[in-house]
Amino acid sequence: MINLDDLEAAIRSALPVSHLEIEDQSNGCGESYAIVLVSEAFEGKNTLARHRFVNDLLKAQIAQMHAFSQVCYNHWSSIASIRTSKPSKVERG
Amino acid sequence: MFRASLRSPIFSLRPSAAKTLTASRVLAVRHLSQEARAQIQNAVKSSPLVLFMKGTPSLPECGFSRAAVQVLDLHGVPPEKMKTYNVLADDELRSGIKEFSDWPTIPQLYVNGEFIGGCDILLGMHQSGELENLLVKNDIIPKVEESLEAQPSAA
Repeated sequence: MINLDDLEAAIRSALPVSHLEIEDQSNGCGESYAIVLVSEAFEGKNTLARHRFVNDLLKAQIAQMHAFSQVCYNHWSSIASIRTSKPSKVERG
Repeated sequence: MFRASLRSPIFSLRPSAAKTLTASRVLAVRHLSQEARAQIQNAVKSSPLVLFMKGTPSLPECGFSRAAVQVLDLHGVPPEKMKTYNVLADDELRSGIKEFSDWPTIPQLYVNGEFIGGCDILLGMHQSGELENLLVKNDIIPKVEESLEAQPSAA
């Protein structure tokens, strides 16, 4: 497990952060986190590259969790789109 | 805990090169044997669309895997073009696929042998319309018709 503060510190020390949301989805046991991260470091990277980048930066932290979910943006302007359509709202058609 | 050591330029590793590697790297190499790698390589190409997941499509054993299956279902991916592997039924596959893809989580989606991403990426692509384009482009689902209303105006 890893606590939220450590995760946040790890993220902030790894790359320039202009916006960060961390949600502990494990009810406090520190096994499952979802993050929304806006950083200029994502500029020029596609989604897969962004996720690989974050996976690599947080390798030690992710190894201590059961589940890790991320949404990465290079700019604030992209945030609006996730507010209206959260990934978890997937329903069987 | 071995997960932490599992990232290396594995494709370039040969026995001769391995001698010069640090102990952790060697461990990582030993962990995913040539044989296991070849098996995963085959699995990845065993169908136009391959999903490594926890559980099965009818009985997913993890919410992320369930979401992945549902999204593919939503797009009408036909069973004959899709194959899923239950990593919970095979410990070697479970750890091996993470190293193979250099990706720390399950599910993992491959389309025509190419790694697409995990659950977050799949859902993101679903929302943006990229997933549909990808599936059409790879001849996994037919163009237009059935999903007219879900069709984003992709040029």
